Amino acid sequence: MSQASQQLEAARYTWGGDEFLFVEIAESMSLAANFKANAMATRLSARAVDGVVDICPANASLLLRFDPDIVPPDRLESLVREVEEEVAQLSEQTLQTRIIEIPVWYDDPYTRETGARFRKGHQRPDGTDLDFAAEENGLSSSQEFIRKHHESPWLVSMVGFVAGLPFMFQIVPQEEQLEVPKYLSPRTDTPPLTVGHGGCFACIYSVRGAGGYQMFGIAAAPIFDPAQKLADFSDFMIFFRPGDIVKFRPVDEGEYKAIQAEVDAGTFTYRQAPVTFDLQKALADPTAHNRDILEKLHGL
Amino acid sequence: MAFDILEPGLATSVQDLGRLGYYNVGIPQGGAMDQLSASMANALVGNAETDAVLECAYLGPKFTTDTDAVIAVTGAPVQVRINGTATEQWTRLALYAGDEVSFGMLSGGTRYYIAVQGGIDVPLVLGSRSTYALGALGGLQGRALKAGDTVPVGTVEPSGPRPVRESIPEDLRPAYAKEVTVRILPGLYDHRLTAEGMETLVSASWKLTPVADRTGLRYSGPDIAWKPRTQPFGAGSDPSNIVDAGYAVGSIQIPGGKEPIVLHRDAVSGGGYAMVATVISADMDVVARSAPGTVTHFEPVTMEQALVARADAARTRRAVWE
Repeated sequence: MSQASQQLEAARYTWGGDEFLFVEIAESMSLAANFKANAMATRLSARAVDGVVDICPANASLLLRFDPDIVPPDRLESLVREVEEEVAQLSEQTLQTRIIEIPVWYDDPYTRETGARFRKGHQRPDGTDLDFAAEENGLSSSQEFIRKHHESPWLVSMVGFVAGLPFMFQIVPQEEQLEVPKYLSPRTDTPPLTVGHGGCFACIYSVRGAGGYQMFGIAAAPIFDPAQKLADFSDFMIFFRPGDIVKFRPVDEGEYKAIQAEVDAGTFTYRQAPVTFDLQKALADPTAHNRDILEKLHGL
Repeated sequence: MAFDILEPGLATSVQDLGRLGYYNVGIPQGGAMDQLSASMANALVGNAETDAVLECAYLGPKFTTDTDAVIAVTGAPVQVRINGTATEQWTRLALYAGDEVSFGMLSGGTRYYIAVQGGIDVPLVLGSRSTYALGALGGLQGRALKAGDTVPVGTVEPSGPRPVRESIPEDLRPAYAKEVTVRILPGLYDHRLTAEGMETLVSASWKLTPVADRTGLRYSGPDIAWKPRTQPFGAGSDPSNIVDAGYAVGSIQIPGGKEPIVLHRDAVSGGGYAMVATVISADMDVVARSAPGTVTHFEPVTMEQALVARADAARTRRAVWE
């Protein structure tokens, strides 16, 4: 058994009423816990168990919805425990996935204006969310925070909350994780495509609405397209999948508007490349791991 | 064939049985909040249980029909009017082309349902006609009805099913009580509550606040104590926080130890608040029928009891179709 999976204890199984099984992989967030949640979800999907309605991998847990008239709770639990055992026995902890470049206009006027409307009651009433995030992480300026935000890639650790919203965990050692508390009281409004941050997670808001994450910028292209107009959405209206790797690329106003024009014309496509995520390598030497996967993106 | 909407009502939307299978990407199940009432409306007009209906909350719509139609109104008690004349709920109603349907004030509950023979005929999106307003998906253009909308109604096959019954007898109709008991299965993160905290949850009288919609319902009552702890990495600072996880539909979270929230059919699919119990599937309709002010008791049950209640609820629902 590998070192990373030895660090994880056996998962905790508990019921969410008569239709949900909740599997807590770990109380703390880690790449290893997320890898295990996703690996279990993938193997459960492949088994195509009758009566399993939804398989929802999350950051450090797994939620299953089932029909107890088809698969009784005790039988489902033993099936999932079997899959957990299978995943623990894996000799190689790799995931065939893709790296995607997401253009972001950091410190943009849309999130700035929204932030200004919700200053009252904020941890830093007279600054911006970026100023607050820089201070919380002991950084000298919002510019330095922005640099740390986009220079290392992020793993999509969960998709949800609302349709197509990715939660992302940066592939860096724990001591280098950017941590920023959420708003003390959630906003009633967030611009669509806001790049947000709460705790150790980044997100991109897929739709306009309420939100509690600090706001740092705005992504230039859609991630949820119910009309499926763009080529990246021809198979499904939601772009992100758990296990995707994201590299943010800062853009200025000019490039943001050029990308928007491509989106309007229906010609925009995301720059992306297939990569292998190797958990051991990412934990042992994240710098080398990130360099390798970024080369795949830049080698296009 | 269509309904022309003169007044939309407060939050009238197209709903059916819901959209299962996309919760893993954040699309909620949706569907009629009070499934039994919606099912009864379909039974009265000779539809299949899968046909879409209009769900009305509090204030209903005013509309005319452009052809003869057969409708039924079920759910929360409300006065139904055809061309201004009061008529009955829980029974099949014949409309002539040009007839105007409107509603009076609710006298209990929250939501009522309008079924029409042929079903509301909006396009299927991911296998369902239910409206998911936050994602602008399904229903009529992904939103609640507006004045001026034309709501398409499906054509009825001449050889189609006959209505299975003329009216729903009173003993089969759901209750709209001012005090209800809702059965819950403790679990998920219940070990994070103090023993007194769990005792408070299951013994206090909770009052439904006006903060109640298709996403979730918030209850007021005493504070509930979480065990203090050093929070795990990534979990947020309050003892009621966890590393963001999937939310069971019907699960109860108690942010900051105040005002429990029951997630319902348009639930956000995940988040960072610990859940401590889940409303059993048989009682989700009971929660959906509650009006603000409803006094609610959460009664803990076992999985075995939840499954017996589930079988009972399925029998009740089938009885309408026999």
